[in-house]
Amino acid sequence: MSSKPTNVVVAGLGGQGVLKASDILADVAFSAGLDVKKSEVHGMSQRGGSISSDVRFGERVFSPMVPQGEADFLLVIAADQVEVNRAALGQGGILIEPAQIDESSLPNKKSINVALLGVLSRHLQFPVEAWTAALERNLPEKLHEANLQSFSIGRAIGQAK
Amino acid sequence: MDSLQQQNALSLLSGDEAVALAAFDSGVKLGTGYPGTPSTEILETFDKLGGKAQWAPNEKVALEVGIGVAFAGARALVTMKHVGLNVAADPLFTVAKIRLDGALIVVSADDPGMASSQNEQDNRRYAVAAGVPMLEPSDSQEAYEFTLRAIEISERWQVPVLLRMTTRVCHSKTIVRRGAVTIPAPRPAHFEHDFPSRVMIPAYARPAHLRLSKTLSEIAAWNEAEGPNQLVTGSSSLGIITSGVALQYVREAAPDASVLKLGMTYPLPLERMRAFAASVERCIVIEEGDPYLVEGARTAGIAVEAQPEIFRFGELNIPRVRRILKGDTSPEPKRAPGKAPALCPGCPHRSAYAILKELGCIVAGDIGCYSLGVLPPFEAMDTLVCMGAAIGVGLGLRHSLPPEDAKRVVSVIGDSTFVHSGITGLVEMIYNPPASGHVLVILDNGTTAMTGMQEHPGTGRTLDHAKTGKVVFEDLSRSLGVRNVYVNDPTQDPEEFKKLIQTCLDTPEISVVIARRNCLLAARSIREYERCNEQQTN
Repeated sequence: MSSKPTNVVVAGLGGQGVLKASDILADVAFSAGLDVKKSEVHGMSQRGGSISSDVRFGERVFSPMVPQGEADFLLVIAADQVEVNRAALGQGGILIEPAQIDESSLPNKKSINVALLGVLSRHLQFPVEAWTAALERNLPEKLHEANLQSFSIGRAIGQAK
Repeated sequence: MDSLQQQNALSLLSGDEAVALAAFDSGVKLGTGYPGTPSTEILETFDKLGGKAQWAPNEKVALEVGIGVAFAGARALVTMKHVGLNVAADPLFTVAKIRLDGALIVVSADDPGMASSQNEQDNRRYAVAAGVPMLEPSDSQEAYEFTLRAIEISERWQVPVLLRMTTRVCHSKTIVRRGAVTIPAPRPAHFEHDFPSRVMIPAYARPAHLRLSKTLSEIAAWNEAEGPNQLVTGSSSLGIITSGVALQYVREAAPDASVLKLGMTYPLPLERMRAFAASVERCIVIEEGDPYLVEGARTAGIAVEAQPEIFRFGELNIPRVRRILKGDTSPEPKRAPGKAPALCPGCPHRSAYAILKELGCIVAGDIGCYSLGVLPPFEAMDTLVCMGAAIGVGLGLRHSLPPEDAKRVVSVIGDSTFVHSGITGLVEMIYNPPASGHVLVILDNGTTAMTGMQEHPGTGRTLDHAKTGKVVFEDLSRSLGVRNVYVNDPTQDPEEFKKLIQTCLDTPEISVVIARRNCLLAARSIREYERCNEQQTN
């Protein structure tokens, strides 16, 4: 294959917004005209257990799942799920974790998933407008302000690094 | 959606959503089924799009309703998870031989690897056993296209068609181009008498079986010539025959290989497979689940390599396909164990299980969120077989155990599962009561919680939450002749629940205890639906 897809694994616990975060990321890549696949398992895992969602994008994507040990980015929303998922990362892959964010700086704790997307956004080529648009498409209007703010906080951290 | 996407009619959809979209685009008259991961979202999406979708009490009823729709010349979509097709197998085997007027599409969503199921049966076997043509999509685009193709095939040959999906096809989101395939609009519904084709008494069923055999040969010929199969021409040293989502792993694990990807996997295009196998030096079959394609090929005398047995279990993925190609059967790396699912904090099942455990009950359990009662800290469920089995299994234990153990046996079943296949168990309990009596506990949390809060006949609301007829468990139990029927909320009044269960265990009669409290996750929505429905009534 001429160009390898970008592999992102989003992980955390059921109810933390793992799927919402991967939906937003997939939407950004899709809107950029890329081939996108996104995969996760619904069902049992939603009862507070570990959950992860794979997003792959590029010129052409076949498998909807990121091969173990080949993730370019691992975004973990729950601190205690970092070790559980670390094996997903490939060599030189980048870990994005809650320790990078001062939770008290966020407008609300629940938007940590979006703040971490902000950190991730610095590593990807998509313009900030595309992220804003995807956030607005995927979240109810009353949550827009808080989440856009959380996203900016995360994006600023990504920049500082 | 932005304008670019609208122009191209592109959207990022799950396989389930794509099936629903195709059903909507092709004028499917009715979608029916029973919720089950990974199939549930099909009917929910079909409803949201504006299609007529409804939950049936179980898959057998759903399929029978679908058959009626197809007898009326209309198009029916019937959805279920793989084990649901076991429940619907009875009508499936016979409707395969019956002449339909409209279209009948049966979606079987298999769960290799058992993300959320009690077994990983491969329902491709049903296509062969019943004689039902089968299509296997490998992504959402194909889920869309194959649903439309299935309707065409169903109407052209007047047979039901099985659309066999798997977890990764159902739940992965991939790009779908709407309108990539179009089919003629449905004909108006109508009815014609046709006794020999539709009344399966032996005299009519014998010719019907022969007719099916002839139809399947025609479909096989069509599949050879123009079926939805795909050839990727690559190296002549390695050829791979595959189907479904396995295609995606194959394309990445062996980008240079030649690939024959089968879209219609019953009846198989054996001559295409034969020619393909002859065109490459090494031909291997890579498939998720049972050795179905490989056995088909070998039975027809096509020399192909099979994947090692170990890869029959669980899902495939890119690393596993690499291993298959290398013949590497060394132990596979285990994923670090994550946090196991558990009953939610505040879940009404928690107090019920705590008390059953405290009373030392032997618990014949069933399928739903409450299956999690088997895990610590409760460890209070002793058996799980299939939907509805709690009652029969509990009765069998009571009939056989020594009296001091028999009297500790309790059957525990959820509200949706009780409606699905527990009612006949209750009839058995009344008809053949064990000497020690029996206790049935219905854990009624007011929703089909495990699959994502779907309605069922016991909630009195339809799939889209509108008010409808309601099956009231206590009324039903009493009307069937159970004298000891109690309703209690074990979260609010655990002492009373404990006393009730103890009283029931101590009597040699049969008892039904309904532990009723709405699922914590659904409670708010349920209040809202009830409020809306009340307003509409007033």
